[in-house]
Amino acid sequence: MAQEVCSLKAQLKEQEKEIAALKKKLSQLEKSHTSALELHDKVRPLTPLKAKLALSNEDIMRYSRQLLLPELGVQGQLNLSKTSVLVVGCGGLGCPLAQYLAAAGIGRLGLLDYDEVELSNLHRQVLHGEENQGQAKALSAANAARRLNSTVECIPYHLQLSSENALQLIQQYDIVADCSDNVPTRYLVNDACVLSGKPLVSASALRMEGQLTVYNYSGGPCYRCLYPVPPPPETVTNCSDGGVLGVVPGIMGCFQALEVIKIASGQGSSCSQQLVMFDAQDARFRSIKLRPKQAGCAVCGENPSVTKLVDYESFCGSAATDKCRKLNLLPRDQRITVQDYQSIMDKAVPHLLLDVRPLVEVEICHLPFSLNIPLSSLEERKTEHIQLFQERISQLKQQMAGDCRPPVYVICKLGNDSQKAVQVLEKMSGSEVDSIMVKDICGGLMAWAQKIDPTFPQY
Amino acid sequence: MAAPIAIHLEFGGGAELLFNGVKEHHVTLPSQSEPWDVKQLLVWIQRNLLKERPELFVQGDSVRPGILVLINDADWELMGELDYQLQDQDNIVFISTLHGG
Ligand SMILES: [Zn+2]
Repeated sequence: MAQEVCSLKAQLKEQEKEIAALKKKLSQLEKSHTSALELHDKVRPLTPLKAKLALSNEDIMRYSRQLLLPELGVQGQLNLSKTSVLVVGCGGLGCPLAQYLAAAGIGRLGLLDYDEVELSNLHRQVLHGEENQGQAKALSAANAARRLNSTVECIPYHLQLSSENALQLIQQYDIVADCSDNVPTRYLVNDACVLSGKPLVSASALRMEGQLTVYNYSGGPCYRCLYPVPPPPETVTNCSDGGVLGVVPGIMGCFQALEVIKIASGQGSSCSQQLVMFDAQDARFRSIKLRPKQAGCAVCGENPSVTKLVDYESFCGSAATDKCRKLNLLPRDQRITVQDYQSIMDKAVPHLLLDVRPLVEVEICHLPFSLNIPLSSLEERKTEHIQLFQERISQLKQQMAGDCRPPVYVICKLGNDSQKAVQVLEKMSGSEVDSIMVKDICGGLMAWAQKIDPTFPQY
Repeated sequence: MAAPIAIHLEFGGGAELLFNGVKEHHVTLPSQSEPWDVKQLLVWIQRNLLKERPELFVQGDSVRPGILVLINDADWELMGELDYQLQDQDNIVFISTLHGG
């Protein structure tokens, strides 16, 4: 019996060794396969894309189901294979777009993104996997597209599109798809497309809605014709603030792929001078007729004032990322750090912690002793909330000896809304509510999670 | 005197958040001596529907940059913008442009 156990153990050890060797061989093979794709960190001239004269037998088999469509046919497929497309942004729109373009047999796919893959991307950026976290999105997307169709030439660009490199890059491509996530990049891509005469298939998505238009195509308007003046930065919501249901950019990215394929194959797009709006809540698409190309447009008009690329961050008053802006509304002495707040808690100093995030975020996570009143309720002076606040202040006053003003510390996710709330409460203090001493906590709950309590969730 | 007119207002792309998250509003504009135009409608919306932070919706006497106005499913630029005279049962949509991706 003991002998049998011994021998089985020895066999098992042998097999395990073999498995380990096989795993190593496999990972080396996979590595050599992925390393074949070279990540571009600057724009370089590309060799011209060679036109295929005929489809190979393998092409015919691979694309047979779309070759059967009279709208596409052999000529359409050949046209796809000689078209290059630049995808600006490999996120929620860029991933499905790149996937379907690669699958359909586009000739060359430029994939641009300055960012790296994060866990919070994976619900919508479906070309990236868990194992790609920390990797350049451009490379991760290019590898995934190539796994799907190795005959497509994929070029990953790990760089920020800028006024310095955009023209050189865009000139090398036939069609541009704007899958970016911020206003300055949208103006930059538009102007570069107008200046180099390329059609721009543009989409965007937020929360439960999406929008799509093809700009600078068959005599239609450009982005600036529609939006000559950028929106005030404080009116712009990004996905990390407003949230987005993953499938919504998925649908819009697929829609972009459709229009790119129609343009590339020669069928043409029907979305010039059209705005397609998608409302996921009502499951409704709507197509709106837009204004024509504007004679007075600053870039595509008759007397353009924009004849070369400009500084788009200063034009829009915001940075070319979707990262949150850090506001600085309060003087230093009206703000405390998370470390300060921790010592207030440790010393059990009587105070009120006011969390001003919307309820949906409080449900994700909150500090157990906080009172939640959303910033919007404070701004609108919602009676029931103001009453609640006043009650808590009265209780606090009773706890405290003497007649000093009760301290209120305001917290939110990142420390922007908390500053706005302090300004609102300052105005109310001594009139609408009892006199209080109000400060905000710098960096908010995310700073608390990073610096004080690593078990607190981040989102 | 122009008779009161009933119109349908819609807000989208996040603009509805300025109106308590309500996307569709059926409203009746009262009778007045002149016909209603979009410029007057914007004033009416500010006084009757928009309670807080008007700067997120209007700028001067027009909508703020980044909001597209559609009149009966067409860009308002094709319809005369602020001077368009509203008709009974018109459908006016205010869409905030999205930038996320
Ligand atoms: Zn234009």
